[in-house]
Amino acid sequence: MPTHAITTKSARRLVSVDRFLTFIRVFLVTVIVVGFLAFIWQQFDADNPFAQWRNPGARGLTGDQFKGLLISGLSQGSMYGLIALGYSMVYGVLGFINFAHGEVFMVGAMTGFIASDKFQANGMWESNFLLCLALIIVMAVFFSTFTAVVMERVAYRPLRNSPRLIPLITSIGVSFFIQNFVLGLFGPATKSYPRLPEWLAKQRSILTFEIAGTRLLVLVVAAVSMAGLWYIVERTKTGKAMRAVAEDKEIASLMGIDVNRTIVTTFAVGGAMAGVGGILWGLMFRSVTHMTGFLPGVKAFTAAVVGGIGNLGGAMAGGISLGSAESIAPLVILEPLGVPGVSQLKDAVAFTVLVLVLLFKPSGLFGERLSSEDRA
Amino acid sequence: MSTLAAPMPSSALDQDWRKVLRWGFICGGALIALCLVGMPVELDRREIIERYLSLGYLSVVLVPLVIGWVSASQVVLEGFESRKQGLFDLVTGLVVGVIGGGLLSLLMVALDTWNLRDPLVNWSPKLFRFLTYENGMGFGAGAWIVTCGVLGLAGASLHVVPRFARRIVATVIIGLLSLSVLEAAVSDVSEGFGLEWLTDLIYAKKGGLTLTSAFVVGAVIAVVAALTDGRVKAVTNRYRDMEGIERQKTSMILFAVVAVLCIVLPMFLGKIMNELLANVGLFLLLALGLNIVVGLAGLLDLGYVAFFAVGGYTTAVLTSPNSPWFAPELHFGFSLFFVVIFAIIVGLVIGAPVIRMRGDYLAIVTLGFGEIIRLLFMSDWLGPYFGGAQGITNVPGVDLGFAMVKGTDPRSVFYLVLFFSVIAIYVSWRLQASRLGRAWMAIREDEQVAEAMGINTVSAKLMAFVVGAVLAAFSGAVLVAKVGSVFPTSFMILISIIILVVVIVGGMGNIAGVMVGSFVLIGVLGGPKQPGLLQEFQNFKLLIYGMLLVFMMLKRPEGLVPSARRSRELHQEEFLQDAWLRGDKPGIDDDDDAAPLLVGDGGGEEE
Repeated sequence: MPTHAITTKSARRLVSVDRFLTFIRVFLVTVIVVGFLAFIWQQFDADNPFAQWRNPGARGLTGDQFKGLLISGLSQGSMYGLIALGYSMVYGVLGFINFAHGEVFMVGAMTGFIASDKFQANGMWESNFLLCLALIIVMAVFFSTFTAVVMERVAYRPLRNSPRLIPLITSIGVSFFIQNFVLGLFGPATKSYPRLPEWLAKQRSILTFEIAGTRLLVLVVAAVSMAGLWYIVERTKTGKAMRAVAEDKEIASLMGIDVNRTIVTTFAVGGAMAGVGGILWGLMFRSVTHMTGFLPGVKAFTAAVVGGIGNLGGAMAGGISLGSAESIAPLVILEPLGVPGVSQLKDAVAFTVLVLVLLFKPSGLFGERLSSEDRA
Repeated sequence: MSTLAAPMPSSALDQDWRKVLRWGFICGGALIALCLVGMPVELDRREIIERYLSLGYLSVVLVPLVIGWVSASQVVLEGFESRKQGLFDLVTGLVVGVIGGGLLSLLMVALDTWNLRDPLVNWSPKLFRFLTYENGMGFGAGAWIVTCGVLGLAGASLHVVPRFARRIVATVIIGLLSLSVLEAAVSDVSEGFGLEWLTDLIYAKKGGLTLTSAFVVGAVIAVVAALTDGRVKAVTNRYRDMEGIERQKTSMILFAVVAVLCIVLPMFLGKIMNELLANVGLFLLLALGLNIVVGLAGLLDLGYVAFFAVGGYTTAVLTSPNSPWFAPELHFGFSLFFVVIFAIIVGLVIGAPVIRMRGDYLAIVTLGFGEIIRLLFMSDWLGPYFGGAQGITNVPGVDLGFAMVKGTDPRSVFYLVLFFSVIAIYVSWRLQASRLGRAWMAIREDEQVAEAMGINTVSAKLMAFVVGAVLAAFSGAVLVAKVGSVFPTSFMILISIIILVVVIVGGMGNIAGVMVGSFVLIGVLGGPKQPGLLQEFQNFKLLIYGMLLVFMMLKRPEGLVPSARRSRELHQEEFLQDAWLRGDKPGIDDDDDAAPLLVGDGGGEEE
């Protein structure tokens, strides 16, 4: 324990920065609360002067609009969750942020495009959609896993024991390399996925929620893959090994676990999840370029941090909360404050969520399962 | 490992075939990837030696050479007797090359048989013609197998031939290549001095060296290299060992020479070269700032471009008559004052929340801030102040009274950039040795120990952010004055990463390293939008930057021109291990023994 004199001195020294941080915290909370209250007022009593204060003429959202936002947030968030799993797992095992994981996702989306494009050309896409879907998922998973494993072998394994920032910088380089390699291979044009068959893509009404078939498909596939992952990590021997390595590499190897193989498996599983995420992205937004991986990658990392990095359930929950926040917050908090063109600020909202979480609860919403020295 | 001798192969054919096969497949894979990315065909336009070697063929040819060299190298452990290299390694290189060439021939067959143009944009008859030298399949395949084999052999033989010969060959090749790469620069300079006949003599009309001039120049370089062998190193060593007044004097002379060069040379250069130099200077300014943040203080700031944007936008808003919100037009010099103030404010605002975070979180959060700032500048919300996606145009140049600095006159821009760069270099140099600079380095090495030693880590880190921010903001201000307009799209995250590559390749924490990095990377390959000397690389430079980043981190994390302290940090374990193997007690004569090893000289490792 530090002595009394030292504590007071360091406390005095840090006070100006802390005061500033408190100011930032209070400011952000005030903005959120005021925006939200104004929104509530707009919903219930649109003529109230407070509701009209910053944004006269606003009438709030209808129930259907709100439900639509929620659904789109959910489906996008489940995709972030799938990618975030890879970040979270690698972070849990190796303790570094694999910046290039977004590129693994992009490779999945790209593979899916190439395969589905070929399927559409020979007519199978329309006639036998479910088979095609299974095939493109398998292919995307294969290539994503391959990319992730090669990446680990070439770039990260030699750096296993180096200072923490070095693998991070390496992964930035890897990300850059993969992006531009794909650009070189497939060209800069935006690739668009073929349309989903009508019987699947049509609007459905479930529990009063109007939901497009595509989004439903995304949710179902994400849920299934999450369940599969949960089974692997919690119920199989490999998963046990993964958890052991995440806890302590040395002890795990003393217990007879092949640490190298386990790390490769971790990368492979994370890559597979990213591959599935890539396909879902392609089906939902129907366009892929070599830059597709960057923004979802950073946001998925945000999701992993929001949920508590190193925690798999947290990653999924973080993804869903981030997706919802991103689609709802601009309209619910910023619009009532009179900010024009809120949809442009969607990405900014996601990054603000990251800053908010790290300011208020650096261990994430659901805590983290890491030893204390790995804490942020 | 019970014996101290590595296992000896009984004959040259007693190879570790699995390893050889693996390297062969890596070689082939690299060749095929290179072809499919489209590099050779695109680079084929640029001639190195007229009609005999283009940059495209060179890029292909380098692969088996390098891989042959790597595959035949052996791990040398101190304290172990290493195997003498000879025929055995030559066989390795040869086989690796032949396998690589074989796989390339398979690609040719595939190119001829199938049409995969749909997903693979570079799957074209052009590539086929390139690979077969327009001489048909059989010739192409045979030629590539032989060439790759020979090159693999040559690569492997680098380990075998005596060091003297190796050095001369390397000098000749590098000299010829740089002469050819620098063609634009060389001809521009010689034109400035009225020496057009020299350029006409060396270079062919369509670009590239002529065959005769290549031979002549190569011979000259070889003779010079043979005569000066070892002396260059002796001179640099003598300079390093100088002390006190003598060293100061020599440094002053060197400084004066460089200063005169910097001031006089641009007068003889043409527009394109001056433009290039101005770009290099802009990035040098940015890299010097990032060097303080990343290199000295060890804070990986990926949103560094935010400060660049702040500098640019402040200047544009204050000086342009078109800025939507601020009507009066200030003078550039006066607006600089505000640039500094806003840079400090933004530096503090971004710095304060991230300052307590651990390294990797800090990186991602700063990246987030970089994006937030760009999105805010682009949004309709702040559009009334910053012009939104349309940006702010019609920014006047810098009126110095006796001269006008603007983009149409790159020379003046260069002098402006030079002025700021000198300030930045001076500031970084003085800061490096100051109390603050030592505090930064201590934080980089171990934050907790630094704090325990009484360093105020929070304020030191904030200072790093602020100083870096101000330098980047200067660069942004100059960029805007040069281009005459500012758009949010000029401030993509890409720029942060390119600057990071510059700093890392040059050498983190070392001013000279950063300068070398920006000259080599920005000057030769080019910045995000600015072309460099090798304009053909336009489409591949980001690929190369990514590769370089990975390569440097794996093989030489301290950079091309390392700072002594930084490399000691990175290789601490190796040094301790070597000392242990030699039987030294660690820590007793550390300084005498390890120091010469630690001071990297950029000359590479010699086994």
